[in-house]
Amino acid sequence: MRRLFSALILVVSVALPLLAVAVDEKPLADPRQEAVARSLMKEIRCLVCQNQSIEDSNADLAKDLRQVVRERVAIGDSPKNVRAYLVDRYGDWVLLEPPFKKSTYFLWLSPFLFLLAIGIGILLARRRHTVPPAPLSTDEQVKLNALLDSKESRK
Amino acid sequence: MTGISRFIPVAVVIAMIVLFFTMMGGDRNPQEIKSVLIDKPVPSFSLPMLGMDKTITEAVLITGKPVLVNFFASWCAPCRAEHENLMKIGASYGVSIVGIAYKDTPEKAQVFLNELGNPYSLVLMDQDGRAAIDWGVTGVPETFLIDSKGIIHYRHWGPIIGDSLEKRLLPRLQEISG
Repeated sequence: MRRLFSALILVVSVALPLLAVAVDEKPLADPRQEAVARSLMKEIRCLVCQNQSIEDSNADLAKDLRQVVRERVAIGDSPKNVRAYLVDRYGDWVLLEPPFKKSTYFLWLSPFLFLLAIGIGILLARRRHTVPPAPLSTDEQVKLNALLDSKESRK
Repeated sequence: MTGISRFIPVAVVIAMIVLFFTMMGGDRNPQEIKSVLIDKPVPSFSLPMLGMDKTITEAVLITGKPVLVNFFASWCAPCRAEHENLMKIGASYGVSIVGIAYKDTPEKAQVFLNELGNPYSLVLMDQDGRAAIDWGVTGVPETFLIDSKGIIHYRHWGPIIGDSLEKRLLPRLQEISG
């Protein structure tokens, strides 16, 4: 009885997430197109829940956008065109990965800038310790010679 | 080590902080996604009219006068909250409001308007929500201000409640009525 119960729980817990997605959604007939659509869905932000892709969101709008993605793929749109179609309506924000362009150069390059700054800092700090002492001025040289001479003569 | 070069690391840190705030900061509300449709012509659509056997296209929005397009739904509580302000706009500011009922049935939309009053010069039905996607709508209510040539001038995200009518929408309306 107990085993039956735990088996039931296992079945339900495995089956529930499957139910959560694709309740009334039909995958595309062509499995290759469906695969393209699915990988696109992973790149598209759910605009209601924001930090999920439309692939893992249950929001109504996400469902509609999945439908849109499938339709665009079915009529032969390339992934690039599907993305452009959504960006035209919702802006770059709809893509989970921000594109590399003028307004995002800093976003993408800041880690490298940061490394560069650290590198320069380290270089400067090292230089500070390895700067060779300045050559003696004539005055100092004369004094040194005098000292050395007096030492010599004491021997 | 001379005096100036000692301050280089500090200067670098300050420069990076300033850069960070100017390039990545800004006054954005993470919930409110900026509309990419500003300064663009209204998207094309073809939607049935509420209560009439008629299909309406985007041409109806190009009237030579400013128009408001308000996405709403009878099931949406914030839409209920902003309704009073829409009635006020329709009555006193000489701008016509076109309502687009998002994922709603004609019956329920009609009940909603009978109950709260009808501020719209025209109500269109977007039952599958496709027109809303073309407008970049992420949820109701959203309101678009369109100029006399059919160019989208401003998008009001969320309900027009509190002081957002006086502080945000009306100044934009004055700008284009000018």
